[in-house]
Amino acid sequence: MSSPIRVLLAKVGLDGHDRGVKVVARTLRDAGMDVIYTGLHRTPLEVVNAAIQEDVDVLGISLLSGAHMTICPKIMDLLKEKDAEDTIVVVGGVVPDEDVAFLKEIGVKELLLQDTPPAKIVETLTRLVEERGPR
Amino acid sequence: MTTLNNINAAQLEEQLELWEKEEVSTFLSKQPEREEEFFTLGGFPVKRSYTALDTKDIPLEDIGLPGQYPFTRGPYPTMYRSRYWTMRQIAGFGTGEDTNKRFKYLISQGQTGLSTDFDMPTLMGYDSDNEMSDGEVGREGVAVDTLADMEALFDGIDLEKISVSMTINPTAWILLAMYVALAKRKGYDLNKLSGTIQADILKEYMAQKEYIYPIAPSVRIVRDCITYCADHMKRYNPINISGYHTSEAGSSPLHEIAFTMANAVTYVEEVTKTGMDVDKFAPRLAFFFVCQADFFEEIAKFRAARRVWAKIMKNQFGAKKPESMRLRFHCQTAAASLTKPQYKVNIIRTTVQALAAVLGGAQSLHTNGMDEAFAIPTEEAMKIALRTQQVIADETNVANVIDPMGGSYFLENLTSEYEKKIFEILDEVKQNGGTVKLIEEGWFQKHIADFAYETALRKQSGQKPVIGVNKYVEEDEKVDIETHPYDPTTADRQIARLQNVRATRDNQKLNILLEQLVEVAKDEAQNIMPITIELVEAGATMGDIVEKLRTLWGTYRENPVF
Repeated sequence: MSSPIRVLLAKVGLDGHDRGVKVVARTLRDAGMDVIYTGLHRTPLEVVNAAIQEDVDVLGISLLSGAHMTICPKIMDLLKEKDAEDTIVVVGGVVPDEDVAFLKEIGVKELLLQDTPPAKIVETLTRLVEERGPR
Repeated sequence: MTTLNNINAAQLEEQLELWEKEEVSTFLSKQPEREEEFFTLGGFPVKRSYTALDTKDIPLEDIGLPGQYPFTRGPYPTMYRSRYWTMRQIAGFGTGEDTNKRFKYLISQGQTGLSTDFDMPTLMGYDSDNEMSDGEVGREGVAVDTLADMEALFDGIDLEKISVSMTINPTAWILLAMYVALAKRKGYDLNKLSGTIQADILKEYMAQKEYIYPIAPSVRIVRDCITYCADHMKRYNPINISGYHTSEAGSSPLHEIAFTMANAVTYVEEVTKTGMDVDKFAPRLAFFFVCQADFFEEIAKFRAARRVWAKIMKNQFGAKKPESMRLRFHCQTAAASLTKPQYKVNIIRTTVQALAAVLGGAQSLHTNGMDEAFAIPTEEAMKIALRTQQVIADETNVANVIDPMGGSYFLENLTSEYEKKIFEILDEVKQNGGTVKLIEEGWFQKHIADFAYETALRKQSGQKPVIGVNKYVEEDEKVDIETHPYDPTTADRQIARLQNVRATRDNQKLNILLEQLVEVAKDEAQNIMPITIELVEAGATMGDIVEKLRTLWGTYRENPVF
């Protein structure tokens, strides 16, 4: 049996909306994944360091503050800088449609926005890890 | 509640039994009901129909009359017959000047109170040029660093004439200090200012998660706001004890009210410990609840909240004045119920929720904009939201009779069920060591997360229908919406003013005051407000004050539960 998918869920910046991230954490845990949640108010550097230390397959960033256009590029740059580009980055929360293309361009693999059914989140992460293949 | 005597009750029971056996079962044999069992959104089972039997055990005095203990039917004897609820649309974005323009627009459209949203750095106590503020300045609310921003925010608005609500929590006391400083500069009488700061820090640890310091010093700051206002600002509400965020974080409506009451009790205990008489400050304690989608449940919830608060204040705290026992609340429709798909449907959702808030006896109301699942609302979205309230007020006549749902078998029964369950939860909190201890243990947070998770599953299964999301979905919907733009010059404009304040103030004087602040903070017998007012008058920034106290009190970190 292959080892479970490891996921780090992170809240970055000042945004305290954690309803969604907790639902996702529980959903993924119930689906058999290893889930680590950073808690609130983390910096991009803290999150990237944690993702590397915990050797996760997926880094999920939850943002409802509108600061995604500032925060996501920082995280993607740090991952590159630290040779952790194979970390699959997904973003959840509130992101206007017009920002989606930019986020995908900088390397965000998927955006799972509000009202995404829990089962679809599990499905998406499983697929992304499969597509990446073994490390 | 009714004057149902034993003979009538027996007759009614018999009639009910026959009805079930004959009419109902005939119909059921032809067509079953839509569900085996029906529940409210909060999980209360509801029966097919209610009769006088369901209210016969409710004491008449628990229902009472409007403006009379226990205020089930409303805090005032004339309610909307004398004055409609305050129509208070929240606004805040960009700099003080930007939001000032929106305020003036809303006033010109007939809005009767102001409500201010602050950006994340202001809410969390960071100056606009702090690294943590990157990307956040003026985005979700207005940026306020110094008194100069406050002056711009309320420029040309007569603060003795309009009430101003400020949605702010861990840094609320600093904003209050700026408000007082501004009023003094303009020569206003502090006792004529009306409005509120939210300042409900306990629900932050439970739900909204805007906190800075550990719980004990944070509650002490709230206490200081309450006692300062009781002494100096007779018409000002120093706190808005809020269930709204608990609900938005995912809780059931029952937990929304019960947890809010647990917090309110904690604040009253803290203030009375200073020796202040409960009747001196309790009349100015105000509340804030959400209005969710379950129409009757929400009305029952509001009625029960008023009854519970009245009983707590009278029985537990020995309040004598009726004003100390009557619960007044601001209400906002449920932002979490808004959807991106088919977003115009949000107008309908909001209308129904607003109507329930009015039938539930709210003192002021914010109706959400149809576009709030996308961004903060545009002027057009806010206008329609305001018009929604104006239609309810002026065109429907619902405001002409007080508590028109009072006496409904169903509503009275559900109100009493709510009351019972709220008191059960409050007992549980007490028996398990009290509110603060249970926050530290994540008890409230776990309940909130559990209900949020269940709600997500119910939406997924379709058990909780959401039009446009899991029912009547339009796969190829084209969204034509213009959302509120973020002005990219905001941060630069804001930081320019901030740096100008820093360059022109007397830093030596400021440092002396900051040291005094620490001394006041160390001595719990002192009130933190006067020194904070002096500080903001001397050009202290939000960040100066917050960081100084962080050296003394440290930073709170939660252990997340999910």
